[in-house]
Amino acid sequence: MSNEGVDTGKRRFLTLATAGVGAVGAAFVAVPFIGSWNPSAKAKAAGAPVEVDLSKLEVGQMVKVEYRGKPVFVVKRSDSVVESLKNTKIDLKDPKSENPDQQPEYVDGEIRSIRPDIMVLVAICTHLGCVPQHKKVTEVDWGGGFFCPCHGSQFDLAGRVFSGVPASKNLEVPPYSYLSDDRIIIGVGQEVA
Amino acid sequence: MSRMASFMQWIDDRFPATKVWNEHLAEYYAPKNFNFWYFFGSLALLVLVNQILTGIWLTMNYNPSGEQAYASVEFIMRDVDWGWLLRYMHSTGASAFFVVVYLHMFRALIYGSFRKPRELVWLFGMIIFVLLMAEAFMGYLLPWGNMSYWGAQVIINLFSAVPYVGDDLTQWIRGDYIISGATLNRFFALHVVALPMALLLMVFLHIVALHKVGSNNPDGIEIKKYKDENGIPLDGIPFHPYYTVKDIVGVAVFLFFFCLIIFFAPDMGGFFLEPPNFTPADPLKTPAHIAPVWYFTPFYSILRAVPDQQLGVVAMAASLIVLFFLPWLDRSKVKSIRYKHWSFKVWLAIFVVSFIILGYLGMKGPTPMRTLVAQICTVYYFAFFFLMPWWSQWGETKPVPERVTH
Repeated sequence: MSNEGVDTGKRRFLTLATAGVGAVGAAFVAVPFIGSWNPSAKAKAAGAPVEVDLSKLEVGQMVKVEYRGKPVFVVKRSDSVVESLKNTKIDLKDPKSENPDQQPEYVDGEIRSIRPDIMVLVAICTHLGCVPQHKKVTEVDWGGGFFCPCHGSQFDLAGRVFSGVPASKNLEVPPYSYLSDDRIIIGVGQEVA
Repeated sequence: MSRMASFMQWIDDRFPATKVWNEHLAEYYAPKNFNFWYFFGSLALLVLVNQILTGIWLTMNYNPSGEQAYASVEFIMRDVDWGWLLRYMHSTGASAFFVVVYLHMFRALIYGSFRKPRELVWLFGMIIFVLLMAEAFMGYLLPWGNMSYWGAQVIINLFSAVPYVGDDLTQWIRGDYIISGATLNRFFALHVVALPMALLLMVFLHIVALHKVGSNNPDGIEIKKYKDENGIPLDGIPFHPYYTVKDIVGVAVFLFFFCLIIFFAPDMGGFFLEPPNFTPADPLKTPAHIAPVWYFTPFYSILRAVPDQQLGVVAMAASLIVLFFLPWLDRSKVKSIRYKHWSFKVWLAIFVVSFIILGYLGMKGPTPMRTLVAQICTVYYFAFFFLMPWWSQWGETKPVPERVTH
């Protein structure tokens, strides 16, 4: 075959156009492969909201419930604890909870709850995902809160992270709302309830 | 022509069987001065075969579901004939793989085997190393013990350090809001199909690239420089039978230790199989102390040594990535430790000690003192590589021989 009269510009254009269309096709084909890794309908259904009855919860007590497979702590705090959280003397990384990803907008930034005494927290350490331990005010000398056994992160009774520990974000407050005075539902935020 | 010869002729007319045999074994000339350090490439191949064979047999009875995985491993251990042996061969093989691969890489480090023209051999090897880490990590989730579960939780959460998309990314990797059967199933698919295929391909490329340039040797000189009238390197001997036979001796010694562990200490006192993994995965209860298996601990230590989460992940990734650049960091005039300036031995010795200390600290819980030591070792780890373009040019090198020595 002779190479005379070959329009190399056209060849180049056709090669690029073919490759371009092929790349777009490949991107579309990638959609089901990547999308299939998202949580399935079954996993999403298992993430249904859970209700918690608060009437039997004593001051200082904690109950652990499962929401989306994750442990959620519900703690009843005394009035003095709530007061101390507002005027905390501990050095915290984010005392006013200014990171909007870690709590719904309808909870207070300092005590991080709807009703001051009831604290609802996802018990997953924001460092690398271990389950922190609940430490009562009387148990420890740092005011009580949550202690992660894996890498030593500490959080106060509002789930706010201490300075000088590996975790850098406050514990997450899940979306929740009150069904009645003594019943909350975790997984349904206040604006839609 | 004998019947055998005519059969081979029939094959060779259709497939280059004899040609490949000669090019890669019978007439592949390797330097005659290989020493102890040259056992580990072929041993890695042996362990790879062991992992593939025992792995295939394990899948015959393993059930990758959140409900059944732990029980099916116990079933293999107790009720399947020889199941315990297949599983211990596989779990011990995982650690053995890293032992031989680390020694194989150390060999490259001391004799400069990554230097020009073997950069691609090194790069393919590094890809194998990273794939191997992914393979081992995913394999460790499969028994669905509590350390499997929480180890995977911690490692997957490393990706949450990615800016903006971190949390969505971790959820996408898990396929659920927590690690669940969905995660287990996809790790199983990757562990038994995708990653082994990628590994085999890279091993193939590693060997093709090696055979293109030929092996380095403890003198770090090119044997192709002096050839006889037939074009055969004067300091080369055919890989087969000379090195196949030599490697069999290595295999025998290796298998002695391998069997010793399988039969007498399959969990290696918690180093190869960690105690919390003998209880089933519990999403609500973290083991008191989470540590990865020993072969990840140096890199895990680097992660923990940095007091900031995101920078810690960056440091850990960098500690692996920097290894890829080794061929371009070493600027010494000579390749082998035998002819380098004495300062190389000092740099290298401290590096080895730092790496081992990092590995040790990664198994222990953090205390302020340990964190400080890990930070010092981490700084040295990076200094070793980042400053190599300078320190590798220090001092006088010794004269390099023209022909290999013994």
